[in-house]
Amino acid sequence: MPAPFSGYEIDAAYDEMFRAPGRPRPQYKNLYTHLLNLPSEELHRSKKEADLSFFNQGITFTVYGRAEGTEQIFPHDLLPRIVTSAEWSTIERGLTQRITALNLFLADVYHERRILKDRIIPGEIIYTCKHFRRQMHGVKVPRDVYVSVVGTDLIRLPDGRFVVLEDNLRVPSGVSYMLTSRKVMKQIFPALFRKCGVRPIEQYSQALFSTLRSLAPEGRSTIVLLTPGIYNSAYFEHAFLARQMGIELVEGRDLVVHDNKVYMRTTSGLQRVDVIYRRVDDDFVDPLAFRADSSLGVAGLFNAYRAGNVVLANALGTGVADDKAIYSYVPQIIRYYLGEDPIVDNVETFMMTDRTQREHVCENLEKYVVKAVGESGGYGMLIGPHSSRAQQAEFRDRIMADPRNYIAQPTLMLSTAPCFMNGRIEPRHVDLRPYVLFGEKVTIVPGGLTRVALRKGSLVVNSSQGGGSKDTWVLQN
Amino acid sequence: MLSRVADSLYWMSRYFERADHCARVLEANYNLMLNPSKASTEERWQRIMASLGIAAAADGIDPQMAMITLTGDPDNESSIVSCIAGSRENAGQVREQISSEMWERLNRLYHYVTQSNAELGADSDPLRLVAAVREGSYQFRGVTAATMSHGEGWQFIQLGKYMERSCALPVLLDAYFSTAGQADDLDWVGLLASCAAFESYCKVYTADLKPDSMAEFLLLNPEFPYSVRYAVERMNEAIAAISRTSFAHPTGRIERIAGRLRASLAYAQITDIMAGGLHRYLNSVIEQCKSLHAAVHEVYIDYPIQLALEA
Repeated sequence: MPAPFSGYEIDAAYDEMFRAPGRPRPQYKNLYTHLLNLPSEELHRSKKEADLSFFNQGITFTVYGRAEGTEQIFPHDLLPRIVTSAEWSTIERGLTQRITALNLFLADVYHERRILKDRIIPGEIIYTCKHFRRQMHGVKVPRDVYVSVVGTDLIRLPDGRFVVLEDNLRVPSGVSYMLTSRKVMKQIFPALFRKCGVRPIEQYSQALFSTLRSLAPEGRSTIVLLTPGIYNSAYFEHAFLARQMGIELVEGRDLVVHDNKVYMRTTSGLQRVDVIYRRVDDDFVDPLAFRADSSLGVAGLFNAYRAGNVVLANALGTGVADDKAIYSYVPQIIRYYLGEDPIVDNVETFMMTDRTQREHVCENLEKYVVKAVGESGGYGMLIGPHSSRAQQAEFRDRIMADPRNYIAQPTLMLSTAPCFMNGRIEPRHVDLRPYVLFGEKVTIVPGGLTRVALRKGSLVVNSSQGGGSKDTWVLQN
Repeated sequence: MLSRVADSLYWMSRYFERADHCARVLEANYNLMLNPSKASTEERWQRIMASLGIAAAADGIDPQMAMITLTGDPDNESSIVSCIAGSRENAGQVREQISSEMWERLNRLYHYVTQSNAELGADSDPLRLVAAVREGSYQFRGVTAATMSHGEGWQFIQLGKYMERSCALPVLLDAYFSTAGQADDLDWVGLLASCAAFESYCKVYTADLKPDSMAEFLLLNPEFPYSVRYAVERMNEAIAAISRTSFAHPTGRIERIAGRLRASLAYAQITDIMAGGLHRYLNSVIEQCKSLHAAVHEVYIDYPIQLALEA
């Protein structure tokens, strides 16, 4: 291939940019020509400029489990990932269908439980789920919307189809990286933007605000963002979104509950709070209802919530629908509630509770990815092909000890996209996390966070495990 | 504005002022101690400690240790490094409320003082650290005034700064006037330099260093930023501005305490104060500041919920 791409190797994975060596897909033609004509030092300069811009804006995240003060810049790749309008339209319809079905599922699970009575899903899978909240039984939530903010992880298979790898229905993060990265990219590639016709994403904050407001009771609309505080890895994002929406960024200690109503302490006295966009996990929101040792939450919040005096977004107990064992039932869930076939498919998933499937996986661990069902962020998983015998043995024991806690999926060839690495353009594996909002209606801003596994050959894209991100361009047509 | 945010801004500012004050006192005295004086080195250090409100050890003072205690001792919560760290910690709690320029300045100063403090040997000269704090403080103040919106949060910053100053200046004055017998002209220059007041004093009273005039200048001058009266006037302004933005409260008590203190300074005569005992007067100023602080805390920050619900 020509100069900047001379080291670019296309393998079995679907490559986002190239159909074959030297033959870019149509949506990438503008970028390809631009890169061919760009002096090589220019990319270096742009990369430096972009990193500096992220640094100055303080766009960092904290890595847990290391010495104090490990604040890092979120690694960012310069080259955009481009999605055509046709591909996007499928994704959009697929995710709208999925969030609609999952919301119906949650309403059902916490009320009538028809899906269990009709034996579509075995009850014990629900009740043994770590994130099932029996306290939510019979609690009415506004508009029956349980999940108002979703970050769905999509990957692209070698045949070019997008499939859902994970639904993140609890407190998905990363949207601030999507927004800030776009801002930086516009400074760096103004000409390309003009030429390509990239659909805007800047309206996300307003859309999130409208979504939250649509959940507020009639005539009341004080919305706040509840953060665990400055030591949380996503604190930057919490502060960013609060500022963008013009709402207060509160911590648990700023809120008090009295007479089942929630107030925040301000210098003008107590002010009633109507909607809480909470970025604190279920377990920690109320020490009286859930974990008693939580100092991040607000005592009495759950009672106020149950009394209908305050709205939480997302609702409590939504984790039952993104449990990795429930995940394998999502196609059935879509058919059951909507009578439609899934527009975007699932990844094939093996249940470790099923004896045949378990034995098959345990004998072939080197071919599978094993995941703990209640974990996220790339923690608690085994990637078969990249694991040692000792690790495999360890996971085999863990699966045997607690089969309900694990699922297995075939090792998936994530698609590759060109990245600017150490002065060369090389392919790296990527996924795609669009952000879905659900209030009065479903809103998906055209784009998302494309996460990149920065290490060559690696399939792990999580930021906590050495992943980075790149801007995602959805084209006009 | 959230009470927690107001509290953090207030303490960010108080700690910063405390570090700044300590740096100025040290720098002024360190220079003067290069000259011989009729007071012994130990007596002079006693006074420095006393003027910063720190009780000196009973078994005498080792100058080198004293310097370390005041600059970089992490166990001494009023050391310069501890105060800068405290200020930064409070700023970090409300990073989205202050301008990024402010955060950057404060952060840079913090890293500078902690690093140069760690590099200080037992007999090296901490004067550069002290000078950096003074420089850094001018920059931080400038950037704060220039880049932050002058709303409620800014008023809490002003309140913190002038509250700290109104409490620190009487302590400083008391330390000098209670040992006035041993003081020579150079010591009095030290008092003025501790408040960056030498030049401004001379413009009013000429270089005639009379203790009464200096007390008058540092207590009652309405125009000089490091006088108690000036600081109390600015506190009154901040309190009035805060009370205008947060209309929901009964703020009468705060305004009464602040107004009474302001009036007592505005209409006082230095001759009366000296006749009645300076020490007593200074103590009463400090007591009034303390009750003002408590009243502000009670009304805006940590008010009883029951009371707020009834209002």
